[in-house]
Amino acid sequence: MSNVIEVHHIYKDYQTAAGAFPVLKDVNLTIARGDYVAIMGPSGSGKSTFMNILGCLDRPTDGDYLLDGHQVSQLESNALAQLRNKTIGFVFQGFNLLARSSLLDNVALPLVYSGVDKKTRHDKATQVLIKVGLGNYLNSRPSQISGGQQQRVAIARALVNEPRLILADEPTGNLDSKTSEEIMQLFDSLNSEGISIVLVTHETDIAEHAKRQVRFLDGKIVHDSYALSVTAEAS
Amino acid sequence: MFTAMLGEAWHAMGANRMRTFLTMLGMMIGVGAVVMMMAIGEGAQQSIKKSISSMGSNLFIVLSGPPNAGGARSATGNALSLNVKDADAIGELDGIAGVAPTTMGSAQVIYAGNNWNTTIIGTTPSYMEIRDWVIDDGYVFSNSDMRSATRVALVGKTVADNLFGDAIDPVGKTIRIRQSPFMVVGVLNPKGQSLDGRDQDDTIIVPLTTAQRKLFGNQVPGSVRMMMVQAESDKAMPQAEEDINNLLRQRHNIREGSDSDFSVRNLTAIANTAAETTRTMALLLGAIASISLLVGGIGIMNIMLVSVTERTREIGIRMAIGARERDILLQFLLEAFVISIVGCVIGILIGVGGAMLVKNLTGTDAIVTTQSITLAFAVAASVGIFFGFYPARKAARMNPIEALRYQ
Repeated sequence: MSNVIEVHHIYKDYQTAAGAFPVLKDVNLTIARGDYVAIMGPSGSGKSTFMNILGCLDRPTDGDYLLDGHQVSQLESNALAQLRNKTIGFVFQGFNLLARSSLLDNVALPLVYSGVDKKTRHDKATQVLIKVGLGNYLNSRPSQISGGQQQRVAIARALVNEPRLILADEPTGNLDSKTSEEIMQLFDSLNSEGISIVLVTHETDIAEHAKRQVRFLDGKIVHDSYALSVTAEAS
Repeated sequence: MFTAMLGEAWHAMGANRMRTFLTMLGMMIGVGAVVMMMAIGEGAQQSIKKSISSMGSNLFIVLSGPPNAGGARSATGNALSLNVKDADAIGELDGIAGVAPTTMGSAQVIYAGNNWNTTIIGTTPSYMEIRDWVIDDGYVFSNSDMRSATRVALVGKTVADNLFGDAIDPVGKTIRIRQSPFMVVGVLNPKGQSLDGRDQDDTIIVPLTTAQRKLFGNQVPGSVRMMMVQAESDKAMPQAEEDINNLLRQRHNIREGSDSDFSVRNLTAIANTAAETTRTMALLLGAIASISLLVGGIGIMNIMLVSVTERTREIGIRMAIGARERDILLQFLLEAFVISIVGCVIGILIGVGGAMLVKNLTGTDAIVTTQSITLAFAVAASVGIFFGFYPARKAARMNPIEALRYQ
């Protein structure tokens, strides 16, 4: 199994007062292990909905989604929670750290939900915090560090359960260009270690860091930088 | 996992100290009220029990004078229709363990420079057995004392304290009752309060014959104001009551349809009614107090709902990184539980303190039992879980995408 993500003919409708409103229309995408994909597109193009489905936070109305070989489109919520816990690491635009908890506790939180004991939680969380360059801030609160550092903590939290895939939704949206560049370098080095990364962005220079660019418009993929080679393979 | 969550619950409570404290306060007051009210109820029950057991068991009291349809007349006993022979006849009946004809009056008692006004009971030695009353020091007068109407007396604890003080042993001393000299032959074991609140130890017991002839005089020879009658058992009581009525009506030549010139009261039944009333009171106190526990629970639910809404985004984050529904449920349930348990423990301390205060200030017995503490604890814990469940479920059922988007 060499594909971390396989999406076949996915549809997503939202129920509104006026009836079903289609957001995704027949989306197909395959992402190989170790790939580095930037998803782009204007607001309302369906890219956020697509990310939610990839992140097992939402289920498609129709179609198949295989995550790391598991058929997930029909799983119930507990199984989805476990997949999110073990297979995926999330990085959000607004960092989404728990303000009351120390950086160490924030990073260790996914391990709490996978039932890891306290000592191991502490050790692993410390390791990844050192890895993202925050070894000196283990017991600080999120409010005591800068935005770039907070995003590093979020990345550390995403990494702590050794996921196959990192999903980043506008990870540099709240950061200045210099800090953005540092964060992207961190993603680059994680990808070079073999972790698959999918990130949503609307900044072309951020998207340039990825190996592959996919563009959404009106609920469909309109551009895929791999399309040529994929078509070539198929024929 | 569980300990980590307990830590988080503690953390979350610490983040809003004032709010947590106010929520707990509801629980503290509720539990405190329950513990205190149960203590007061228990105290009342215990003191009733003590009075009942001090009275003696399976007792009737037969009084001179006609019964009144409305209950006891204030002048009951004035007519002096009963006499010692009636008592002997009752003693012969089946199912009767003992009879003590009794006459009473109050008198001034003097020893050395001290004097005291007390109740004098003139009765037979069987009175002591019927009332289950023992002598601490000395001996009970005998039937031969009865026959010769000796001037001997048994003194109650209160009387002994007032006449003799601590230093003097009353036994063998001579006291003057209405100017006649009596020798104290025994000191009665203290019995405490009676059901109607009188001090049962403020009394002197003398032989019936002595009381009749030498203290109170006697209009009709051999007549008595009342008799204490003891049935052999609880089961024998209804039959015994009927038999006593029939026997006395026959002996007093009362025609069918006429009022009796005496009345029979089942003291044990009265005592049981009193005990039942106290029990009901205790239950009522507890029930009223538990309403405040309920209100405390609603306070917890209210604050948990606020907390869940405030922390919507946090719930979204937790779900995104892998919390299952039951993890979120457990987290908020645990928080409600911890609030109610901590509130409960402080409440128990308040309740115990309050009960002690009531005891010291009013002298009312207030007894905190482990049972009442266990009960308060169990109820508080269930209140926490019950009222914490709805908010916790609301949190657990959130849609992670919407929760993450919440500002």
